[in-house]
Amino acid sequence: MKHIDLFNPVSLIGTDRGREFDYHGCTPSVDEVWQLLDLVPDPEIPVISVVDLGIVRDVRLNNDSWQVDITPTYSGCPATDFIASEIEQALTRAGIDAKIKTVLAPAWSSTWISTKGRQAMLASNIVPPLHDLDTLSCPNCGSAQVKQQNQFGSTACKALYTCQSCLEPFDYFKTI
Amino acid sequence: MTQLLTSINNDHDALNTYILRMADNGLILGQRLCEWCANAPVLEEETALMNTSLDLFGQARNWLNYAVDRDQRLQDCDAITMLRDERSYLNLLICEQDNGHFADTMARHYLFDVWHRLTLEELCHSHDETIAAIAAKSVLEVRYHEQRSRNWVLRLGDGTQLSHERMQTAINNIWPYVAEMFDQDQLEMELMAQGIAADQTIIAKQWHDLVAQTLIEATLQTPPESYNQMGGKQGLHTESLGIMLAEMQSLYRAHPGATW
Repeated sequence: MKHIDLFNPVSLIGTDRGREFDYHGCTPSVDEVWQLLDLVPDPEIPVISVVDLGIVRDVRLNNDSWQVDITPTYSGCPATDFIASEIEQALTRAGIDAKIKTVLAPAWSSTWISTKGRQAMLASNIVPPLHDLDTLSCPNCGSAQVKQQNQFGSTACKALYTCQSCLEPFDYFKTI
Repeated sequence: MTQLLTSINNDHDALNTYILRMADNGLILGQRLCEWCANAPVLEEETALMNTSLDLFGQARNWLNYAVDRDQRLQDCDAITMLRDERSYLNLLICEQDNGHFADTMARHYLFDVWHRLTLEELCHSHDETIAAIAAKSVLEVRYHEQRSRNWVLRLGDGTQLSHERMQTAINNIWPYVAEMFDQDQLEMELMAQGIAADQTIIAKQWHDLVAQTLIEATLQTPPESYNQMGGKQGLHTESLGIMLAEMQSLYRAHPGATW
């Protein structure tokens, strides 16, 4: 007997995204599928999409069946399975039957985050990954007087800082 | 209904034995670090320890998935984690040692992190593509772990008189488990000859140079050569592992096959 999954997190987040696309009875182009996936938010940083984050690696059509390759940001990222199910749900709602495949190589790099994604992160007080940590400044007031509180933060991909000028705490998205 | 397994024994081919050694290091050290949850000295450290643990579990899961893909008898990641007895675990002894106080945890972590990073860097060039892919993914995370544990060895070693003494004692106490990391048995030598396993003779030299530098910087002494405890990779463990597994596996064994 199959149990009803009362605690399915998808219904809790209740994202409606994906419904504005409808491909029931027709086949979308690869670009259209990418556009649809760009509406699926990252569960940890909902201001950016899974495409912006660089975890969608490939979208292709193999004989009437779509395959979407995704890669985890960190090996232990607890959101990986959830992201795969979010992507699957969004595609299913739009009438696209797809298989989600997790790939490990090449390893995800924070340089894969899109420019749009970086801007959205900054706008929500998360400093996007930097080549040179000396250039790190407060996303709130712009001060360069910042102090690392913790090499790790609220999620595996972030570190915690505090601005010494405006005293606001903020997250820095780690460079890997 | 598929039959539920009650135990998984050591009956692997050479490659799976090597993969499980890598998996078990992450799994067991990750589980040890979890014991700091709600016990760490400050909230920031707790977050850091748990995040490190999460990385190690994620890496272990990648290794275990590969082992399961190669040998269907292993069923899945959960079964192989929860249904193996102490003798079937193949982790290095250093990973299973008790947390002790914070300096003990950080001394153990740093000595392992350096070895782990150097080994993964070698494995990035493994002729086995999956091993190379898992290593390339893991090494980025482990470099970060090493940076942090090294900082703690420096801070506590070159800190107050008390922190210095505690870090020196911690290093001395964990030292007998160092040599095992570089000890290669026949199985590893054969895999190395095929270009699959990492060459621990090169790693040993780099490790000793790096650790010696850190200890000098931390005003600590490198312990003198003495007795070395080995056997973890062959399933012969210290007392600590059985106690940890009993706690870790109790729920799964009480309710075999349960999911939520």
